[in-house]
Amino acid sequence: MSTVTPAPGPLPVAPDAPVSGRSAPRRHASYADRPGWLVYGLLGAVILGGLFPLWWSFLIASHDSTILSREAFPIVPGGNFVKNAATVIDTVPFWRATWNSILVSTVVSASVVFFATLAGYAFAKLRFRGRGPLLVFVIATMAVPTQLGVVPLFQVMAKLGWTGELVAVIVPGLVTAFGVFWMTQYLSQAIPDELIEAARVDGCSMIRTFWHVGLVAARPAAAMLGLFTFVATWTNFFWPFIVLGPQDPTLPVALQQLQAAHFVDYSLVLAGALLATVPLLILFVVAGRHLVSGIMQGAVKQ
Amino acid sequence: MSTTSTLRPPTEHAEPPPKRIGFGGRLSRWDLRLSPYLYISPFFILFFVTGLFPLVYTGWVAVHDWDLIMGQGEFVGAKNFTDVLGGRDFWNALVNTFSIFVLSSVPQVLAAITIAALLDANLRAKTFWRMGVLLPYVVAPVAVALIFSNLFADKFGLINTLLGAVGIDPIGWHSQRLPSHVAIATMVNFRWTGYNALIFLAAMQAIPRDLYEQASVDGAGKVRQFFSVTVPLLRPTIIFIVITSTIGGLQIFDEVRLYDQFGRGGADGQWQTLTILLYEQGWTRSNFGRASAIAVLLFLIIGVIGLINYFITRLIATSEVKR
Repeated sequence: MSTVTPAPGPLPVAPDAPVSGRSAPRRHASYADRPGWLVYGLLGAVILGGLFPLWWSFLIASHDSTILSREAFPIVPGGNFVKNAATVIDTVPFWRATWNSILVSTVVSASVVFFATLAGYAFAKLRFRGRGPLLVFVIATMAVPTQLGVVPLFQVMAKLGWTGELVAVIVPGLVTAFGVFWMTQYLSQAIPDELIEAARVDGCSMIRTFWHVGLVAARPAAAMLGLFTFVATWTNFFWPFIVLGPQDPTLPVALQQLQAAHFVDYSLVLAGALLATVPLLILFVVAGRHLVSGIMQGAVKQ
Repeated sequence: MSTTSTLRPPTEHAEPPPKRIGFGGRLSRWDLRLSPYLYISPFFILFFVTGLFPLVYTGWVAVHDWDLIMGQGEFVGAKNFTDVLGGRDFWNALVNTFSIFVLSSVPQVLAAITIAALLDANLRAKTFWRMGVLLPYVVAPVAVALIFSNLFADKFGLINTLLGAVGIDPIGWHSQRLPSHVAIATMVNFRWTGYNALIFLAAMQAIPRDLYEQASVDGAGKVRQFFSVTVPLLRPTIIFIVITSTIGGLQIFDEVRLYDQFGRGGADGQWQTLTILLYEQGWTRSNFGRASAIAVLLFLIIGVIGLINYFITRLIATSEVKR
């Protein structure tokens, strides 16, 4: 299970594509060709459409569910959100699940970033036998849905006695083929060969060269890879659901328990859905522009 | 870049005794030769153990009688496959999976390409708009499923209420087959349209602007330019997005599992997908052999579709060379 959700991938575009969209001089920024209100209006509608489900669930989550069965349309938020949220926190192991999600996502992203940078640096900058075929193998595995190995993977975890434990979620996520490919792409352009040669001539060992040249140059791409991995791990459900027990879940698994326990009480269910979304919304507000430029960059690179 | 420290000669170079150079030289030769393999080995080791081995081993489990608790039973050959293929559930789930996949990918590609075209205009506050369309991407599928299950509720759902307001009878989003597929596809589209729009946007920005200038000299309007210049040049990107959404779409689980509280894909399997069926066979009925057979079949289906995609890509690539 190396990839949890479709990650941003490479795609073939014109070879003379400008890599950075922002500073490309292709738009002769004449203010005459600013778009009209229609374009802004349509985009505004798209964004409102994306916000509406969240707003709607807040409306429901802030009411008492008994009111909801009488009138379907709460137009203004009610005052019950805190009470509903408190019930959610009592019903499922919410804090435990939040802590687990933070732990799993942090460890997995740190590990993916580190091992992907290490392997990407080797593929991009070092010459060794079998480099070409091995790199092809990495790229080929990106198209393979490793999710489908769940049955034996579950057996492996059961043999190790890891079922119900967080380590069973962490270990299969520690590396991703996409991460290796992404760092290979980035580092092959980001580090001039001369820099590595200079470090070697000066007597740096291989690992010191990696540490002081590779890792430093990799920082922008590493940040984006970490961000994507974090979001993907946080939102992942299928594998944690299979391998984790009800006592020690991640947030999505805890949410699932909430629905199983309170299927009619939508106020509670949606309060839980919102509570689980808040951490990623905060992350999005803080780092959203990097996420955006990460997608844009990943898409243009060949 | 703070790499200057590496350019400073290390201190032990001050007085090199000749013998240590020989030893150090051999050490550094080994360092040079082995390091690359050392650096890539964590990926390959972990990938083999947690990705490739389980995938291959699935084939072994699939030809055995295998129980969740009892473990490996006797070799049964193709029996699990004939059981799966002979039953109604597999074909029902296959049709559902494809139906949901088509309902989610076709509108999604159309919407994403349109949104990308809007974002490609010379907007003020570009980053704001780009972030805005990406927002749904950070909402976990599980939360999306809970929210949309409420919006599409059969009795008091917002959608049915709105339909009622314009005089349309309530639709059985949780009881009828096609409506349930539409609702589930809507969740997938909600989460992924903005993401794909940004991928399209990146590809659009790579299109040389002279082409648009030429087209506009030839008298083509904005819409004509979009269909005659933008769309043809985006074909590789379109295929890429279709491939990734195929791999994801055929494995759809989260949205389906939480669409109702039972998580089995409807009372009559109206929206049961292949991964839901796989889970049910393996973990509810503790028949790992049959679950593995489903996984192998799903794997083959994804492989075949991948090959078809590949040949279409080749076809388009070569036809572009000819022009």
